[in-house]
Amino acid sequence: MILVELRKLVRRPRTWVTIGLLDALPTLVAVLLAITDLGPSPGTGPAFLSAVLSDGSLFPLAALGIVLPLFLPVAVAVVAGEAIAGEAQGGTLRYLLVRPVGRTRLLVAKLVSVVGFVVLAVLVVAITGYVTGALLLGDQPVATSLTTSVSGSGLSQEEVWQRTGLAMGYVMLSMLGVASVALFFSTLTDTPLSAALGAMALLIASTLLLTLDAADVLAPYLPTRYWLAFVDLFRDPILWRDVIRGALQQGAYVLVFLGAAWANFTTKDITS
Amino acid sequence: MIVTSALTKRYGQVLAVDQVDLDVRAGDIYGFLGANGSGKTTTVRMLLGLVLATSGEVELLGRPMPRAAAEVLAHVGALVEGPAAYGHLSGRANLSLLDAAGRGGALRTRKRRISAVLEQVGLDSVGRRPVRAYSLGMRQRLGLAAALLRTPRLLVLDEPTNGLDPQGIREIRELMIELHKRGSTIFLSSHLLAEVEQLCTRVGVLDRGRLVLQDQLADLRAPTGRTVVRTPDLAAARALLDGRSQLQGDRLLVRGADAAALNAELVAAGVRVAELGPERRTLEEVVLAATDKAGTPGVDAAADRQRATRR
Repeated sequence: MILVELRKLVRRPRTWVTIGLLDALPTLVAVLLAITDLGPSPGTGPAFLSAVLSDGSLFPLAALGIVLPLFLPVAVAVVAGEAIAGEAQGGTLRYLLVRPVGRTRLLVAKLVSVVGFVVLAVLVVAITGYVTGALLLGDQPVATSLTTSVSGSGLSQEEVWQRTGLAMGYVMLSMLGVASVALFFSTLTDTPLSAALGAMALLIASTLLLTLDAADVLAPYLPTRYWLAFVDLFRDPILWRDVIRGALQQGAYVLVFLGAAWANFTTKDITS
Repeated sequence: MIVTSALTKRYGQVLAVDQVDLDVRAGDIYGFLGANGSGKTTTVRMLLGLVLATSGEVELLGRPMPRAAAEVLAHVGALVEGPAAYGHLSGRANLSLLDAAGRGGALRTRKRRISAVLEQVGLDSVGRRPVRAYSLGMRQRLGLAAALLRTPRLLVLDEPTNGLDPQGIREIRELMIELHKRGSTIFLSSHLLAEVEQLCTRVGVLDRGRLVLQDQLADLRAPTGRTVVRTPDLAAARALLDGRSQLQGDRLLVRGADAAALNAELVAAGVRVAELGPERRTLEEVVLAATDKAGTPGVDAAADRQRATRR
C-alpha cells in the first residue's frame, strides 16, 4: 500500500508542478541577485540572503529560507490536505477500503507519501539552490575554504555541509508538523480544499500572533514560532536552544495531530 | 453469505436502518429493493464495513464484520453508489493500482486478470485513454471490472446498471447471469423492479429503514389460487360464474386454481374463451403492497386488501 501511494504521488502531474513552482521563486531571486548585485543589507530580508552574494554555496539555505515562511507550508498543506479528503471527494476512498485496505494502513501509507513529498520538495529546493548558487552567485569562500558563519567566525566547508544537512532535516520536521495538522483536517472533511485551508488558517493565525506582544504567553506553543531557528545552526558555536525547542514542539504537534487523525479516521462512517 | 441480525443505524434522531435481518444464501441472486432514501445504501455500506452500525450484527461469508474485514472483503467484489477512479490514469492503470493496494492480488497474474475483466465488461478496446475521458457507462463498466478482478465469491452491486444504455444494461445483466452460473453469489441493490424481477432468485424490500419483505421470488410470484379469464362473452361468463368471479378491467378473476376445469366448464356452456391462465402477481404489486402496509404481518393479506381498495 505504501508503494502504491508513493507511485500515485510521483505519477500525479500536480506533484511536479507544485515542486516546480516552489523552485521558481528562489531561482528568480538568484537570477535577480546575480544580475543586479543588490543584496539586502546584513540582518534584513530572508535568512542568508545577504551572505549569498559573496558565497553561493549558502544559497540552498537561502532558498529554504525564502520558501519556508509561505510557499513550502502551502504546498505541504495542499498535498497533506488532499490525502484522505481527496480520495473521499473522488469516491475512491470507499473502493480502497473495501479492496480491503485497513484504515490504519491507509493512513500510514498516506503519511509516508506526504513525508515523501516533504523530503522531495526540500531536497529539490536545496539542490536547485545549490546549482543556481554555484552557477550564478559568488564563489569567494571556496578559494579560502572558509565560510563565514552567521556569528562572523569561519566555518569549514565540511561543517557547512553537515549543518546544511541538519538544517534540511529541521525544515522537514517543521513541515511534518504542518502535514500532520492538514492530515488530521483531511480526515474530518470530504473536501481537500477545506482541509488545506484549515491548516493554512492555523499557520497564518500563528504567524500573526507571533507579531503581537500581547500574545507572548502563547508564543512557545505556536507552530511557526521556531521555524526559522535553523539559522541558529549556522552560529558558531551552534545555538541549540531554539532548535531543540522547535524540534520537540514540532514532534508534539506531529504526535497529537496524527493521533487525532488516526482516532477519527478509524472510527468514522465513510459516507463519501 | 450475508446474515444480519437487528442491524440498526441511527443518525442523530433519524433511524436510517431499523432492525434489519437480511438473509442472503449461497447461490442467490438477491434483489435488494427500496425507494431512494429507504436506507439501502447505508445498509450496503454497513455490510462492507464502511459505515459502522449503531447496533446489531453483520456476518459476511460466515465471519463477523467489520472485525474480519481484512480477510472477508478479499473475497467480495463491490460496486457502491456509482463507480470511482483516478481521472488522470487509464482504466488499466486504475485497476492495477487498486489491485496492488491490498492483499490477494498476485503481481504475477495481475496483467492477465486485468485484461480478462476488461474484456468481460467490454472495455478491452479503450486503450490508454484516461478515465477522465470515459462516458458514464464506461466508468460503470470499469467499476464492475474492479469488482470482478479477483473472482469474488460474493458480489455486492449497488445500482450496477445506472447510466447504461439499454444495450449496456442487457450486457451487464448477461454478465451477472454468467457470473452467477460460475458460482458467485450476487447481492443486487436496485430500485428497478423490472431488473430485479428478471434477474433475482430472492428478494428483500426495504421501506423507510425496515425490511418489510424477504422471500424467494418464485414464492412471491406463485399463483394466487385464482384464474384469469378473457372472453368476448363477458356477460354470459359472469352469469355462469356468478359469485365466483370478479370483474377487473376487461378480465374476469375466477376463484379456483384449476384452469383446465374452468375452461371446460366455460366452453361447455357456450362461452368463448380468448385467454385463460392462473393469476400471478407482478413483483411491483407485491412490493407496493408490502411498502404501503409496512410493518403489517402477512404480506399476502396486505396485498389482497390493497387490491380490494384499488378495485
